[in-house]
Amino acid sequence: MTANGGSVLELRDFRVTFPTHFGDVMAVRGVDVDVAEGELLGVVGESGSGKSVTFLGLMGLLPRSARIEGSARIGGFELVGAPKKVINRVRGKRVAMIFQDPLSALNPVHRIGDQIVEMILSHQQMGKKAAWEKSVELLDIVGIPQPRERASQYPHEFSGGMRQRVMIAMAIANDPEVLIADEPTTALDVTVQAQILDVLQRIRQEMRTAVVLITHDLGVIARIADRVQVMYAGRVAERGDIGPIFAHPTHPYTQGLLNSIPALGRERLTPIPGAPPNMLQPPSGCAFRVRCPHAIDACAGDLPELRQLGDLATACIRAEELTALRSVS
Amino acid sequence: MTDAAATPVIEVQELVKVFPVRRAKGIRVTKRLVQAVSDVSFSIGSKETLGLVGESGSGKSTLGRCVLQLIEPSAGSVKYKGTELVGMSREQLRPLRRELQIVFQDPFASLDPRLTVGDAIAEPLKIHKVDGDHLARVRSLLDLVGLSPDHASRYPHEFSGGQRQRIGVARALALDPTFIVLDEPVSALDVSIQAGVINLLQDLQVELDLSYLFIAHDLSVVRHISERVAVMYLGKLVEVGPAEELYTGAAHPYTQALLSAIPEPDPVVERERESLTLIGDIPSPIDPPSGCRFRTRCPKAQPRCATEEPELIDRGFGHPVACHYPERLPDSISAAVDFQSGSVG
Repeated sequence: MTANGGSVLELRDFRVTFPTHFGDVMAVRGVDVDVAEGELLGVVGESGSGKSVTFLGLMGLLPRSARIEGSARIGGFELVGAPKKVINRVRGKRVAMIFQDPLSALNPVHRIGDQIVEMILSHQQMGKKAAWEKSVELLDIVGIPQPRERASQYPHEFSGGMRQRVMIAMAIANDPEVLIADEPTTALDVTVQAQILDVLQRIRQEMRTAVVLITHDLGVIARIADRVQVMYAGRVAERGDIGPIFAHPTHPYTQGLLNSIPALGRERLTPIPGAPPNMLQPPSGCAFRVRCPHAIDACAGDLPELRQLGDLATACIRAEELTALRSVS
Repeated sequence: MTDAAATPVIEVQELVKVFPVRRAKGIRVTKRLVQAVSDVSFSIGSKETLGLVGESGSGKSTLGRCVLQLIEPSAGSVKYKGTELVGMSREQLRPLRRELQIVFQDPFASLDPRLTVGDAIAEPLKIHKVDGDHLARVRSLLDLVGLSPDHASRYPHEFSGGQRQRIGVARALALDPTFIVLDEPVSALDVSIQAGVINLLQDLQVELDLSYLFIAHDLSVVRHISERVAVMYLGKLVEVGPAEELYTGAAHPYTQALLSAIPEPDPVVERERESLTLIGDIPSPIDPPSGCRFRTRCPKAQPRCATEEPELIDRGFGHPVACHYPERLPDSISAAVDFQSGSVG
């Protein structure tokens, strides 16, 4: 399916900058992403870490003033700097995206089925009737009961969880290689969240779609992701398989995130001091150093690059030292 | 159940709140009732935290507000240190309001953007005509919640979400309350910030002898902060018990499903456990199911569940459960359960 190393989605040194009155906001500052067919990559980070902006930029969904640099390839097509015609052919066909709030993404005055039909016909040659049949089938795939009746209903007749299923049905209508899910369950109750995660899980297993799941919830990541990418201040802080990241994270930010969530037998939580940096003037060197308990002078030097350390890729220059220190204590 | 003091700080009995709604059917407008809270009883002891969990629409926020008389209950009783609050006039309630406070979820919406933080925190002192140096009180309150006393002259937009929530807490503390309803106080915050606010709430409770009703949908946070937990579904409590007991030995199928639905931040645990995924959504409170309200989504519902409403009583599990067929999962939630057979009882 793809030329290079099995990655269907490939970002290289991806950057997004927003020019403002006060200067340039560097929201994404050189991010690499690789996702293989059928793989589920979790992207975690706090608000403002650049996790959503990276993928909105990839989809061409940012305001025109945003400056996008680097490379973003989907199934071999380069999207950065590509003419609108190419982007429109790839977006919705090879890559689709779902969002936190499904209601604002659906048109309230059109039937659900018609909205899916529109999605299908914009990328595929087929008759209206066949497209309608296909949309009923899609609603069935995402677990909507009585799909034929439901296709003729309007968005307000659907609950939050059902609307998110509809969004997933639209997203997979053209059998994309990549599905990007941006906080798809944040607005939903936990019992409904579990259902939606099951749907995503099924889609990547049965349709071999590569899924990028953007979330702030480490529990959701632990449940369904194969690999994780932890983002901080527009950079990747740490990346690796789910097991090692949770078992022995090497970056102090990942450790901080894991220590701040309630866990069984944990008497006291350890918050990360301070707040995320202002991206108009991010700190020099490692952006996390101003909140990091292990920061030394060298952390203010060069922008740390991701490097492989055992089974994880880390951007902490003191990772070896800190790991050794922890195994002693 | 742990009853710390002889008289609980808050005692709620058979509390009911119904809201009238107008529904248009064609051109006919019918008046119907939403049963937001129906027949809820619980108590909160001195220095105790009761966690209240449930999905959106379960009535947990309405219940919190009814306890404080911010919404007038339709029926039932709420006693504060033995004094009946339901039916009191505004004038009678006013002195008691000093001791009963609330912190809201959204720290952005709950602060007036045109008031300095100092003025916002001093507002309750003015309203209740408290004597003394208000500025000194504000400065000490800011210090108490981990902010700089000099922040009093700043405006809300200058603060981050976590700091605003601390300001909200400072304002709730201004009148030396004994009981605080915390309505999703950390839901809007990033995890790294959330931890600091949770620690603060725990410290303040010890320092100032506070009792909390902690409302949240995040069960891991609730487990962390509460001594006891009450689980709510469609306006009713389905299970109440000591936090650890409930998390390890829940007997109500809804509690079990809720616990199973929360992802644990541990891939090893996550991949091994059997998930009990509920089907469907929470039904409308306008026309709740007959009998047990959970039966439409319950994997082990029996004919009896549709006709007979299960009472919230101790059924041999050490804590009250409102289910006709309660059953502890063999080994916590990791055990494989054949829910479909439903051959219990």
